[in-house]
Amino acid sequence: MNAPVAAIRPAPEAVRIEGQAKEAIETGRTRLLVGFGLFALAFLAIAARLVEVSVLAPGAGRPLVAAVDPAPPIVTRGDIVDRNGLVLATSLPTASLYADPASVIDAGEAARALAQALPGLRQAELSAKLGQPGRFVWIKRHLTPREQYEVNRLGIPGLHFLRSEKRAYPQGRMAAHVLGAVDIDNIGIAGVERTFEETLGASERLSLSLDLRVQHVLAQELARAMARFQAAGAAGLIMDADTGEVVALVSLPDFSPERLAGADQDALFNRATLGVYEMGSTFKLFTAALVLDFGVATLRSGFDAREPIRVARFTIRDYKPKRRRLTLPEVLVYSSNIGAARMALEAGGARQRAFLGRLGLLDPATIELPEVGQPLSPSPWREINTMTVGFGHGVAVSPLQLAAAVAALVNGGLLPTPTLVKREDGRPAKAVRVIRKETSDTMRRLMRLVVTRGTGKAADVPGYLVGGKTGSAEKIEGRGYREGALLSSFVGAFPIHAPRYVVLAILDEPKGRPETHGYATGGWVAAPVVAATVARVAPMLGVRPVDERDPGIRAALDLDLSPPPAEGAARVADLSSPAEAPAGAKTGRAPIPGASPRIKSPGARLASF
Amino acid sequence: MSGLSRADTSLFGRWWWTVDRWSLAALGTLVVTGAILTLAASPAVAERIGLESFHFARRQFAYLVLAAALLVAVSLLEAREVRRLGVVVFAVALVLTVATLAAGHEIKGAQRWLSLGGVSLQPSEFLKPAFAVVAAWMFAEQHRGAGIPGNAVATALYLAVAGLLFLQPDIGMALVVTAVWLAQFFLAGLRLVWVGVAGALSLAGVVAAYFVFPHVANRIDRFLDPASGDSYQITVALQSFASGGWIGRGPGEGRVKTLLPDAHSDFVFAVAGEEFGLVACLAILALFAFVVLRGFARLLAEENLFVLLAGAGLLTQFGLQAVVNMASTLRLMPTKGMTLPFVSYGGSSVLALALGMGMVLALTRRRAGGGGRL
Repeated sequence: MNAPVAAIRPAPEAVRIEGQAKEAIETGRTRLLVGFGLFALAFLAIAARLVEVSVLAPGAGRPLVAAVDPAPPIVTRGDIVDRNGLVLATSLPTASLYADPASVIDAGEAARALAQALPGLRQAELSAKLGQPGRFVWIKRHLTPREQYEVNRLGIPGLHFLRSEKRAYPQGRMAAHVLGAVDIDNIGIAGVERTFEETLGASERLSLSLDLRVQHVLAQELARAMARFQAAGAAGLIMDADTGEVVALVSLPDFSPERLAGADQDALFNRATLGVYEMGSTFKLFTAALVLDFGVATLRSGFDAREPIRVARFTIRDYKPKRRRLTLPEVLVYSSNIGAARMALEAGGARQRAFLGRLGLLDPATIELPEVGQPLSPSPWREINTMTVGFGHGVAVSPLQLAAAVAALVNGGLLPTPTLVKREDGRPAKAVRVIRKETSDTMRRLMRLVVTRGTGKAADVPGYLVGGKTGSAEKIEGRGYREGALLSSFVGAFPIHAPRYVVLAILDEPKGRPETHGYATGGWVAAPVVAATVARVAPMLGVRPVDERDPGIRAALDLDLSPPPAEGAARVADLSSPAEAPAGAKTGRAPIPGASPRIKSPGARLASF
Repeated sequence: MSGLSRADTSLFGRWWWTVDRWSLAALGTLVVTGAILTLAASPAVAERIGLESFHFARRQFAYLVLAAALLVAVSLLEAREVRRLGVVVFAVALVLTVATLAAGHEIKGAQRWLSLGGVSLQPSEFLKPAFAVVAAWMFAEQHRGAGIPGNAVATALYLAVAGLLFLQPDIGMALVVTAVWLAQFFLAGLRLVWVGVAGALSLAGVVAAYFVFPHVANRIDRFLDPASGDSYQITVALQSFASGGWIGRGPGEGRVKTLLPDAHSDFVFAVAGEEFGLVACLAILALFAFVVLRGFARLLAEENLFVLLAGAGLLTQFGLQAVVNMASTLRLMPTKGMTLPFVSYGGSSVLALALGMGMVLALTRRRAGGGGRL
C-alpha cells in the first residue's frame, strides 16, 4: 500500500515547504482575527464617542454661535465719539427695498402681500408703483431685519434689496445741535455731520472735544431752569479756557437727529452758535478790560453815576441808582449802566470798536459748525453807540463768541480759537494775545468780586471759586425793546484764580417766580444754573476744590479797594443782594442810531442790568 | 447588471459574479457621501480664501469620478496582476517621492507635492497602497522557501519608505506605513517576542517624535491638556457635533465650515455631524466598519498568503486612516492631519485610496479552486 502512495506523494522537500506554507496561512488567519477585533473595538469606541458628543454633551442641540465671530458689518460713514471715546453717532447696516416693476408678475397681488408685510405702506400706492413702467422704484428705505425677513418670505419676484446704512445716535437728543443730522442718503446736512462730511464719508472717526457727561449735566441743569422759569429757550456752553475746546454745548429746545422731520424750526435753531443776542451787562467786562488795558482808567478811577445820561432822545439809567460816583469795581458789582457808558466814553469809540474786534466779537465765530451767526454791530459807530455798547446794547453776538472772549479775559489774555474737535496735544490751535497779562489778572479779581459781593452771588460754589458776570438784556421785539422779555445770562470761569473752564448759561425769556420775588434776571435764573453745573462737573473734569482762605489764593483774588481820590469811599461791603430789578426807566427811548437793522427802531429802550 | 448571466464568461461577466458586491456598494456609497459633504463644506472654505465658491467641489467631483473608474478598473485585475501593478506603482511612486524632496513645492510647511502639468500630485499617497502590496509579496515569498529573504527585503523597503516620509516630513503617513508593515509582519508569523519588541519600539518612536518634532509635541500636549494651548479647532469640532444632535441642522445650515480652515479635508466629519447629525455620522462610521471588517472576514477564508497579507495591509491602511481621522475629530486622540478616506477633499488621496481599495476588491474576488497558488 505504501509504495503507490509514496509514488504519488510529492518530494519530501516540497511537502515540508507545503506544510510550512499551510502553517503560515493558518497563523495568518488566526492573527487576522486579532486585527478584526482591534478594528471592531476602535469602531465601537468611535460610535460611543459620537453618541456622547452629539446628544449627551451638555451643549447638545445648541447652535454653534458662541465661537462665531461674524465679519464686522461694512459701513461707510465714520463714527462720531466724545473726547472719551463714547459713541455719539454711528452707522448701522440696513437693507432698503426696491422693485423692478418689469419683473413683477402681478402688481396687484404683490402690492396686497407687501402692504400686509409692511403695514406702513398703502396698498393703492404700492400697486401704482409696481405697475408703472421702468426698472427701478423705491418701496421702502431702511427696513428692520424682521421686515426684511417678512418681505423675503413673500417670495415675490422683482423685489430686491440694496444694502444701505442708517445713521444712529445712541445718545438720543444729547448734543444734537453739535452733531447735526444726515439726510436719507446719509449725507450730512447740519452740525459736524455736515462740516466733516468729507472725512466722515471716508469712514474716518471723528473725536469731538465734547465730554458726554458734562454735556449731560449742562443740558439737564439748563432744562430744569427752563422749565422752572417757563423760559422759551436756553443755551449754554462750557469751554476749556486755554485750548478753546468746547466741552459742552447746549441749545434748548433741541431735537432728535434721527427724527428730524418732526422737529419744529425753533428746536432746530442753534441758540449757542447761530443765534446772536445783545448780551447786556456781561459786556461790561469788556468795557472794564478796555479801559484797564489801554490805561485810560485804573481800579481807583471814579465814574459819575449821579444822574441818568440824556443823549439826544435817549436816557441811560441804572436800575438801582446809587446817585454818586462809582469806582470801576463798583460799576461792575452794581452793574451800573451809567458808569459803564462813561467808562466806554473814556476809551472812545475807535478804541472800543478795535478792542471788540480783537476779541472776535464783531466777526462770525470760527467753529466747526455750519450754523454760525453773523454778529450785528452799529455802523456808523457814533458816540451813543459807544455808550450803549459799553453796557451790552447795540452789538449782538453769539453765546459762543461771548464765551471765547471771556476765556481771553481770564486766561492771561490769549484769545483761543473755539473748537469742537478734541485737541490731542492739549494746546490751542491758535491763540492770539488780545489783552495784557496784568489786565487779565485784574479781570479775574473783578469777576470774583461780582460773585462774592455783587449780582452773581448765586453762582458761587464753595471750593470751586466761580467768578463771572450776570447779564439781563431786554429783548427786541418788532420795532422796540419788549419790557419783561429778558435774555438772562451768567458768564463765568472756574476756578477763577487759575481758570480751567469758562461756563455760560443763558435763559431766553424766563418768567419770575415767587421765590425770586418776581425777578427773572441773570443773577436769579442763570447764575444758579452755573453753580449747579459747576458743582457737578468740576469733579468730572478733575478740578480740585480749594480752600478760599488759603493765602496764595487770597493773594490771587483780593482787590485793592481803597477809595478813589475824588469822591467818598466805595462801600462795596454793603452791596445788596442781586435784586437788580428792571426798574422804571419807562421814558420813551429812541433806537440806537446806526445799530443793526433789528435794533434800529424808534421807541427802543436801553436796558441792561 | 443583474441581467448578466452566470454563464457569461466575458471579463466583465466574470468580474460581476466574483467581486464582493457588498463592499463595492459600500465603497460607492462612501464616494457619494464624499461628494455630498464636499458640496456642504468646501464652498465656505473656498469663499474664505478668496476662491470661486465651487472651486474645490468641481475639482473633487472630477477626482471622485476618476476614482470610481479606477476602483472598478483595478478590481477587474487578477491577484497576480495586482501584485505586478503594486510593484510598478511602488517603483514609480518611490522615485517621484524622492523627487519631491528635490523639486517639490512646499504647502503648509511640508514638501509633499509635485506639479505635473498643472496638477498637484502627492506621490507619497500612492506609495502607501503600493508598499502594502510589495511588502505582502515579500513576506509571502519568505514562506515559499525559494530562498528569497522576504522579511529582510520588506523591512529594508519599509525603512526606505518611512525614512523618506520622515524627511518630507509627513509623520502621519509614516505612522500609517509603519502600522501596515507591522500588521503584515505580525500576520506573516512574526514571533511574539518580536511583536513585543516592535510594540516597544513604536512607543519609543512616538516619544522620539514628541521630542524631535515641535508640532507633534504641541499636538500631544494639547490633547493631554487642552488648556495648555490653542485647541480651538477641536473645541469647535466637538461643539459642531453637539450642535447637530440627532439629525443635524440640515444641509447648508452648519457653521463649523466657516470657522475651520480644514473643514473640507481633515474636519469634514465635523461638518457631517453638524449638518446631518449623529445618525448620518453613525452611518458613515458603519460604512467604514463594514468595508474593513467584511474585508477581514473574507480574508479569513483565504488560502493564499500573499492575498491575505496584501488584503489585510490595504484594509489596515484604509481602516486606520478612517479611525485616526474620526477619533482625532472626536478628541479620542491627538489631532493628526489625516484625511477621511473618499470623504475628505484631496485628489491624490482619493485616487490612491481608489487604487488601494480596487486592489482589495480584486484580491477578495472568488477564485476558482480557492487558489493556493497564483
